[in-house]
Amino acid sequence: MTTVTATTTCLHCNDEAGDHPVIWNENIFCCEGCKMVYEILQENELSTFYQLDENPGFSLKSKQQKDYTYLDDPETLSKVVNFQDENFTRVNFTLPQIHCASCIWLLEHLYRVNPHIVQSKVNFLKKEIDMTFNTKEISLSEVANLLDKLGYSPDINLQSIDEKQNRSANKTIIYQLGIAGFCFGNVMLLSFPEYLGLDETIDPQFTRFFGLLNIILSIPVLIFSARDYLISAVKGLRFGQFNLDMPIALGIISLFGRSVYEILTHTGAGYLDSFTGLIFFLLIGKWFQQRVYNHLSFERDYKSYFPLAAMVLKAGKTISTPVRELRPGDRVLIKNQEIIPADGILINGDGNIDYSFVTGESHPVTKASGSRLFAGGRHVGGNIEIELTQKTDQSYLIRLWDHDVFHNAKEGETTRIANLAGKLFTIAILIIAFSTLTWWLQFDTAKAINAFTAVLIIACPCAVALSIPFTLSNIARIMARNKLFLRNTNAVENLSRLDNIVFDKTGTLTTGMEQNIHFEGQSMTGEELEMVYSLVNQSNHPKSRMLAKHLGDLNRLHVIGFAEIESKGITGIVRQATIHVGSAKFIEEIIGHKPDNKHGLFIAIDHQVRGHFLIKQAFRDGVEEVVKTLNNTNDTALLSGDNDKDENRFIQLFPDKNRRKFFQSPEMKLDFIHTLQKNGKTVMMVGDGLNDAGALQMADIGMVISDDTNNFSPACDAILDARAFDKLPALIQLSRGGIKIIYLAFLLSLTYNIIGLSFAVQALLSPVIAAILMPLSSITVVIFGVSAGNFLARKIGLHL
Amino acid sequence: MSILFLLIGISLIVALVFLAAFIWAVRDGQFEDDYTPAERILFED
Repeated sequence: MTTVTATTTCLHCNDEAGDHPVIWNENIFCCEGCKMVYEILQENELSTFYQLDENPGFSLKSKQQKDYTYLDDPETLSKVVNFQDENFTRVNFTLPQIHCASCIWLLEHLYRVNPHIVQSKVNFLKKEIDMTFNTKEISLSEVANLLDKLGYSPDINLQSIDEKQNRSANKTIIYQLGIAGFCFGNVMLLSFPEYLGLDETIDPQFTRFFGLLNIILSIPVLIFSARDYLISAVKGLRFGQFNLDMPIALGIISLFGRSVYEILTHTGAGYLDSFTGLIFFLLIGKWFQQRVYNHLSFERDYKSYFPLAAMVLKAGKTISTPVRELRPGDRVLIKNQEIIPADGILINGDGNIDYSFVTGESHPVTKASGSRLFAGGRHVGGNIEIELTQKTDQSYLIRLWDHDVFHNAKEGETTRIANLAGKLFTIAILIIAFSTLTWWLQFDTAKAINAFTAVLIIACPCAVALSIPFTLSNIARIMARNKLFLRNTNAVENLSRLDNIVFDKTGTLTTGMEQNIHFEGQSMTGEELEMVYSLVNQSNHPKSRMLAKHLGDLNRLHVIGFAEIESKGITGIVRQATIHVGSAKFIEEIIGHKPDNKHGLFIAIDHQVRGHFLIKQAFRDGVEEVVKTLNNTNDTALLSGDNDKDENRFIQLFPDKNRRKFFQSPEMKLDFIHTLQKNGKTVMMVGDGLNDAGALQMADIGMVISDDTNNFSPACDAILDARAFDKLPALIQLSRGGIKIIYLAFLLSLTYNIIGLSFAVQALLSPVIAAILMPLSSITVVIFGVSAGNFLARKIGLHL
Repeated sequence: MSILFLLIGISLIVALVFLAAFIWAVRDGQFEDDYTPAERILFED
């Protein structure tokens, strides 16, 4: 046998071109798709694409052209585009494939491929393209098709349309920060004479002028920049809940009130520099905490998993119809790798549906016509036709989203630690302030007020308020470097409190893709293997293909009387021997009794069972060590939507029978988590698919394992790149250390507070001491929090 | 010395111009993508 084994790589995507390369103009490509992109680029003199970056192209081998004609439907169109008039249309697409400088270059030179595209601009971090094109000359679907042809398939789904409006980022904090910074700088400048002790030597007119300017500059800071702290404190007061914003608001109000009083009565210079500086630093911390990972989405629900349109068959024609307009009774055509848009009944074709994402079943199920199909399954194989019985949002697997857990927002932004600190600080500050007040009232009313406000000012826990966002954001940043992406900094805290970890099986502990096949039974001779190979090679069924691939490149023998019995197996005669390959049921019919095993792909030669191939999914790398390590500090559990044929492999890892469950529906998973929580446990759910969505939402931490962070993942608190799965115990350890660091930072800032308070209770606090102590304490606490986090990460062995 | 009143007034107005420029830049979306423009400037056309 001759095979071309020279290491030829595809000119476009640099992948192995394989045994059957596509050759065009003496260049080698792995597939037609890559060739076509190369051709288009050559024709339009866009070959710079290959010079800008090392691996610009990506393989188009398993890709198939999508149909975008539904985009031209006026209603859909109006929801997708940002702007349209008779001359120009402007649209914004998400292209998850954008990955290098060459992508940017190519996408911004689309006007060379099609002159009707007036302008295109890429946002690399968001993986978005903003395009303007000529409405009369080119339609939206043609634009989408062009992108798709080049390998950049626009990611258009139900959710992306629903959320088009509120996608612009919240910029308020940036404005607040800008204005606080501006006012802070100018107030400091105007306070300089006072710092240097010049205010006694210069004209008192200037002192008054500077004071008034300072008040004017501080007003926008109080009513705009500091707004959120005051509002949150009032809210806390109204609901009787302590939060960290309360002592801060107390400090803010006393700072501002006392300063205005001092300036207007000419009794002092006020603390407006400290006031504006405090707000400025607090806002920096807040902004730091709010920074998000642009390319990740933690909010997705089933809507972003479903396509926007389906092909409806009407009077022999296929019409691309938006999914929300699908009605029971519609006939829908489903092609290979497409998702079933709504529950229905299979009418035509061999259904082979992969439900692994929606139910957790690891193997595709074969369905004959007449059987019910559920929305969300992915069809693998030839075209099928189904008649819908439900609308998409009423489909069986979608109804999970009606559960309350999806309608109640998880805890707000503030962390438990912050609330605890807020409570302690508010109580302590009020006690100290009022004791100081009553003490001084015996002697001197003016000094009493002075000392009272000074206590409120100096005890303001700004250092604590800063240490939390900076420490936690730094921990979150280190985690992101190690490929665990958190939705917000709260997740760090929740991660540190864990005592129970629940795993999903399919796609989480096992990989969805790699299969591990092994044979049990009488060993077969080389010739028999060739016979089986020749037979399975005739079939397009995924299991047959898997088996053929496993057996390798054997000789192909002539097969006569090949027959495929739907959802059972295949049979044929090779070298005068009748061979049957199929399920246990199929073999039972052939040999007349049940084979000794329920699961697997059975082989019978001349009506003699020879054994069966077991197809197992491979464990992820490091699963055993990870689960064992986590078992030391947490209680673990396994919940699988799949059947229990794999159970034996998990007994060692999950020894407790009550915490190793199979045949779990999405609701059962959710309830399991809820029961643990009712018993006071803090639970992390680690999952990957839609069937885990309820449990992920319910758990204190919902963590999604993702092979490709661009792909769909259900709403969660954390996304873990599958390649970093083995780091999970270290990452949890880091979060625990992070919380300890915050407690240490509290101690540090308390020291400063005590020093400040010792001045304040004696009514000795001067603006200069406040202006020095406040930034000094904040900066040391921030530096301590960040560097201790880095030190810890290095010690645990994580990347920085 | 009373010239200081004028000078401080002018300096505040200049500073306000910069504040306005900052707010305009945020509104314009100049801080939304800090990666792509850095690549774009290196393209030859």
